[in-house]
Amino acid sequence: MRLTINGKEQEITGADTVADLLRRFELLPVRVAVEVNEELVPRATFESAALNNGDAVEIVTLVGGG
Amino acid sequence: MTDKLNDAHQARYSRQILFHEIGERGQGRLLASRVTLVGCGALGTVLANTLVRAGVGFVRICDRDFIERNNLQRQVLFDEDDIAANLPKAEAAARKLRRINSGVTVEGVVTDVNHTNIERLAEGAHLLLDGTDNFETRYLINDLAVATGRPWIYGAVIGATGMCMPIIPGETACLRCVFDEPPPPELTPTCDTAGVIGPAVNIVASFQAQEAIKILTGRSDALIRGLMNLDIWTGRNTIVNVQPGFEKGDCPCCKRKRFDYLDGSAGSRATSLCGRDAVQIDPRRDGGRTNFEAVAAKLRGIATGEVLQNAFMVRCTVGEYDITVFADGRAIIKGTADVETARTVYAKYVGA
Repeated sequence: MRLTINGKEQEITGADTVADLLRRFELLPVRVAVEVNEELVPRATFESAALNNGDAVEIVTLVGGG
Repeated sequence: MTDKLNDAHQARYSRQILFHEIGERGQGRLLASRVTLVGCGALGTVLANTLVRAGVGFVRICDRDFIERNNLQRQVLFDEDDIAANLPKAEAAARKLRRINSGVTVEGVVTDVNHTNIERLAEGAHLLLDGTDNFETRYLINDLAVATGRPWIYGAVIGATGMCMPIIPGETACLRCVFDEPPPPELTPTCDTAGVIGPAVNIVASFQAQEAIKILTGRSDALIRGLMNLDIWTGRNTIVNVQPGFEKGDCPCCKRKRFDYLDGSAGSRATSLCGRDAVQIDPRRDGGRTNFEAVAAKLRGIATGEVLQNAFMVRCTVGEYDITVFADGRAIIKGTADVETARTVYAKYVGA
């Protein structure tokens, strides 16, 4: 399916949920916040949050420096 | 509060008053406001600089650290003279800021902000500002802000990227609505491991300062709603809509009212300063007290080379370790990232 991830449209296969997508990019759920179609997805629901063709996904990594 | 400013204030802040969203009324509010800034490194110096120049009436600056040469690339309030004078960051910043604006009150406090002292340090503050470099302290600020219903502004930066999020407890998502637990420190890059560039610091801290000015002038209606995610290098900036995390979520802090960091159940007594090959030891957390003069005398007896001492800290090298002991009893042991090793060094050379 086509997803727009952090502003870039790309073809992604085998990622049905937010958790799948994070595994695909080797991102640890504990370090990121995910927004799908301009709504934050609660971390506790990453495994069940379904992704659909055309979704816009923002993955942001929590920043700690200062 | 009267909206009328005296002539000196009118003149000094005229350009800011001319900006119609602030005006004389907003300036009056700034002059009457009090903030507590936690951490005075890269973000903290830009924040303090901007707010003191803007005329925030009382700024308390809390920082636990001393200045290193590699700070000067981005920490705008410090210079080579401060390093030569062996000044801690909070003191150096306060001295500089008083020269910039003698009409407001600037207080520098050399301390590690933790659950035992944050309430006192934030007493009377209308707003808490994040200039920290670690998650433990940010989650502590978040706890206090939510527990006492005061706003705070999260800001963070690394490399060329950063984040900023104003938090109005009970109204907008808090830090734990978005990130319920902090990531483990060993998985988190810091400015000491991944680097950071000045423009990113200035931009992120300037967004924080702008949101602070909105809150302090009574213009929370104009706040940026959400988590700003900034990539200074590519220029791609987004605002993540985190409000569903607050409205639909089950936040441990702002919904379930669990203040794990404020009540001391989360957090640590000795802190490895990530990426700096250094550990902070704070004996006060174990109920200990330190006699600063006695420690200085003891270090003079065992130091390899010169012992530098002023009213704020004593520093020396003992073998492979650089030891800095602050007047409040804390020590930073450089030369190890291992907490147990640092504790042993502390017990051996400073005091048990």
